Amino acid sequence: MFFDDTIAAISTPLGEGGIGIVRLSGHEAIAIAEEIFRGKGIVSSLPSHTIHYGRIIDPTANKTLDQVLLTVMRAPRTYTKEDVVEINGHGGIVALRSILELTLRLGARLAEPGEFTRRAFLNGRIDLSQAEAVIDLIRAQTEAGAMVALHHIEGDLFREVSSVREELINILAEVEASIDFPEEDLDFWEGSELLSRIIAVKERLAGLVETARYGRIIREGISTVIIGRPNVGKSSLLNALLGEDRAIVTPIPGTTRDTIEEAINLRGIPLRVIDTAGLRPGGDIVEKEGLRRTKRSLEQADLVLLILDASVQLTPDDREIISEVKERKGIVVLNKTDCPVLIEAEEVKSLLPEHKLINISAIHRSGLDNLREAIIQTVLGGEIIASDSLMVSNIRHQQALSAAIKSLKEAVATVEAGGSPELIALDLREAMDQASLISGETVTEDILDHIFANFCIGK
Amino acid sequence: MDYFKEYDLIIVGAGHAGCEAALASARMGTATLLLTLNLDTIAQMSCNPAIGGLAKGQIVKEIDALGGEMGQNIDKTGIQFRMLNTKKGPAVHSPRAQADKKEYQFAMRQVLETQEGLDVIQAMTTNILVDGKRAMGVISQTGMCYKAGAVILTTGTFLSGLIHIGEISFPGGRGGELPAVGLSDNLRELGFEMKRLKTGTPPRLNGRTIDYSKLQAQPGDDLPLPFSHKTSRITQEQLPCFITYTNPATHQIIRESLDRSPLYTGRIKGVGPRYCPSIEDKVVRFSEKERHQVYLEPEGRETTEVYANGLATSLPEDVQIRFLEAIPGLEKARMIRPGYAIEYDFAPPTQIKPTLETKLIENLYFAGQINGTSGYEEAAAQGIMAGINAVLKLRGQGPFILDRSEAYIGVLIDDLVTKGVNEPYRMFTSRAEYRLLLRQDNADARLMSYGYRFGLVSEQAYLRLQARESQVEQEINRLESTRLNPHQTKALGIELKEPISLVQLLRRPEVNYHDLDKIGQNGRHLSPLVCTEIETRIKYEGYIKRQMVQVERFKKLEGRIIPPDLDYDQITGLSCEGREKMGRIRPLSLGQAARIPGLRSADISVLLIHLERFRRKKSE
Repeated sequence: MFFDDTIAAISTPLGEGGIGIVRLSGHEAIAIAEEIFRGKGIVSSLPSHTIHYGRIIDPTANKTLDQVLLTVMRAPRTYTKEDVVEINGHGGIVALRSILELTLRLGARLAEPGEFTRRAFLNGRIDLSQAEAVIDLIRAQTEAGAMVALHHIEGDLFREVSSVREELINILAEVEASIDFPEEDLDFWEGSELLSRIIAVKERLAGLVETARYGRIIREGISTVIIGRPNVGKSSLLNALLGEDRAIVTPIPGTTRDTIEEAINLRGIPLRVIDTAGLRPGGDIVEKEGLRRTKRSLEQADLVLLILDASVQLTPDDREIISEVKERKGIVVLNKTDCPVLIEAEEVKSLLPEHKLINISAIHRSGLDNLREAIIQTVLGGEIIASDSLMVSNIRHQQALSAAIKSLKEAVATVEAGGSPELIALDLREAMDQASLISGETVTEDILDHIFANFCIGK
Repeated sequence: MDYFKEYDLIIVGAGHAGCEAALASARMGTATLLLTLNLDTIAQMSCNPAIGGLAKGQIVKEIDALGGEMGQNIDKTGIQFRMLNTKKGPAVHSPRAQADKKEYQFAMRQVLETQEGLDVIQAMTTNILVDGKRAMGVISQTGMCYKAGAVILTTGTFLSGLIHIGEISFPGGRGGELPAVGLSDNLRELGFEMKRLKTGTPPRLNGRTIDYSKLQAQPGDDLPLPFSHKTSRITQEQLPCFITYTNPATHQIIRESLDRSPLYTGRIKGVGPRYCPSIEDKVVRFSEKERHQVYLEPEGRETTEVYANGLATSLPEDVQIRFLEAIPGLEKARMIRPGYAIEYDFAPPTQIKPTLETKLIENLYFAGQINGTSGYEEAAAQGIMAGINAVLKLRGQGPFILDRSEAYIGVLIDDLVTKGVNEPYRMFTSRAEYRLLLRQDNADARLMSYGYRFGLVSEQAYLRLQARESQVEQEINRLESTRLNPHQTKALGIELKEPISLVQLLRRPEVNYHDLDKIGQNGRHLSPLVCTEIETRIKYEGYIKRQMVQVERFKKLEGRIIPPDLDYDQITGLSCEGREKMGRIRPLSLGQAARIPGLRSADISVLLIHLERFRRKKSE
């Protein structure tokens, strides 16, 4: 925790349309903005409390990220009483994230939950009587953050980081043991094996950055599967969401025999929607192959949209599909609500208590906004997790992973230059500290535990 | 009955902690009494006859820079001096010396006895004299009542000590010595939590019966370097140590007798140190290892007693005799004292403040093994810190706390009071985040100004240090401004394309400071310590800068002070766990709070808001 560095965050909730703000606060705020903003005049000479139109560019790639309105506010007449720069982007969440990551790369630190407000209070901007409110805010946001952390604890990212961290502890324990117990013949660090192990860890982390969940969401979109028995309107829904006829829609059951994939940009969040062949037990060989693919898509999906025909009662096939999606994160979509509704909605609710129920008519394009809202809520955690917390903690992870990789590169350079083990340890320890930011564990005792468990130490 | 004289400060226990505490106190002009169970065992080395080693050597140099006695005493009485880890970088070079055990004791006793303002008396302390919540003195077993403004307890392994050898156990403070009985009950009555730890020692042998011809000798360094700034040179003759190894036959004997080891029958309840396992532990836990190293260390010049380092054990005497016979060189060795394990009481150190004063009783301090540490150096470090702090408090002056970026001593005490201990605590270099800065070569530069300020280091020594530091600066300036042409480095086998400075030359791993002589560039004759400091600063410049940046960040959090009397129950918004933890540890700064194991950052944020609120209310 630090007090006078420069912090940055996306300070508008996500999913509120394409417009959002990246806010910077601290003595480097203006210098960082100056490096990335291209408009009339340079940022450091702009008058305080003025708004300017321009572009945000990534100076290393020389690439425009977004067209923005930039607000410069100099200390002390700002929310935090520090220099503040706000960047209003309208390119959606992907562009906002790129801008945020750029500021982090240029030396800003990702703000902790409630940190702008905490600074506002500590710098005397907020009245004493509001201290309790500030504390409540910190608590509430941290708890939301903790939920996110919990998500990750269960996730692949956590497992992989934990295992990488474990290997880092192994390596560091050997290096440390050779330093602290020079008379025990533990000079592992002299071998070339050390180098290849550090490189292996570095590669694994690099792979992680590629496959980390947030990265996949941003690059590939949220994998969404539309599922339901034949002819309930799956393809119609996809078309409605796409706003164009993409898949062939006919009233003959079983028209869609393969999975179809489309990308939708939902208020800046990319959605990869997979329209599946109808799930119908039995059927011909082609349908059986389609069914197999559908089940596989279902297993890999981040989000499941279950379509039910509201104009008829639940069929045995519907019930079987309901039991298939019970454990999956998803939304129940009741289609054809323009017709007289015969479906037992209450029963569906009791069968899928965790799922939201949304009424639509794909043909008449009604109820689609409710559905979009429900998708965003479900994906971002809705009311439990403040919408930016998920993204924020993901960026936090990305920052930690990148920093760890950087430290490991230095470790490799140190080993190659014949540096002695206490210098290698400095680099490895920095990498480990970063990995620990994700897994939330401390380091020193772990290393000692490892040394004593694995090496016969002591005279 | 009341003793006729009243003191400012009483120290109970004359081990390594007690000696430093008493000397610091008396040298700061305080009327000091040192009580010991036995005047003949002052500054006794209960375990191996050596001072220093990895991280510990740095601690000895730190104690010395503060004006302590340990460094000078080992310089006087050492029988072998070695710099460890010289294959690695200077940040982790550590001095170590074998001691003449008896001579070390006599030398220290003489220093104590001749110290102005210090009385040393033999007495067993059984009770702390407390008035309300404030220490007033101590009462001895014989009923003598010694009064003082403050009391420091440095009781070592003596509190309810219980010795185990095989199936036999008996009360003892050390092999052949009585334990301190009564005092731990008294501490419990005063409200202290007491727990139990265990440690062990190996058998001692008669050196005359060892066949050294089969063994590998380990001599001291050709140029032995002193620990103390007060010692100019080590001149005494050095003795070698010897190395041998256990073998499968030794291990077989040990394995067959495990059912007679109190460690394995469950009779020992205390937790032992993992870094100093018994030989039975090593054989069981690392069964794939065919041999374990044994260092044979002479205990002194005037005795043939040899310490068999690496063979700590609590196996029965007959088993010890048999497994020794199965070790090369020791086939005919006579065991003259058996190894043993000892259990003793300690007070979990989260009960003390960073000044080592107890939270429960004002003006009562704990130092050394009573705080769950092990090692002479760790004990002595706490001793001098407790002594200085007790005197400062009596004078009404602010506390003396070293932080983690300044000294291993700071790391040691911060770990103890913030994290507590689960096993006897020993210092390792890996515990220090800022290891590259906490070197043995710069201990004086880091700490001597404190020792000088407290009157524990002479003005002469302090001026010498300053002269040395400016010598380092001047020489580095010279190395920066002197440029070499390519032909000038040929004598070193280095081919250059462009001219470089001497500093750039020294940054190459293969070049050391003395090489400059070969190309006619070593302008002055500098002391080894100065050379090391120059070389370290140049070679590690980039890494040291990185550590300095880390330290700068660290200092910001350490600078955020928390009032010691803060009532955590009154702080709304803290989690229950956070409230309990901070209430118990009572951190002095936000930095220390952040190091409390398991404390969540939201609790720190909440605390920060409250501190600001208190500050504003106060200023209103």
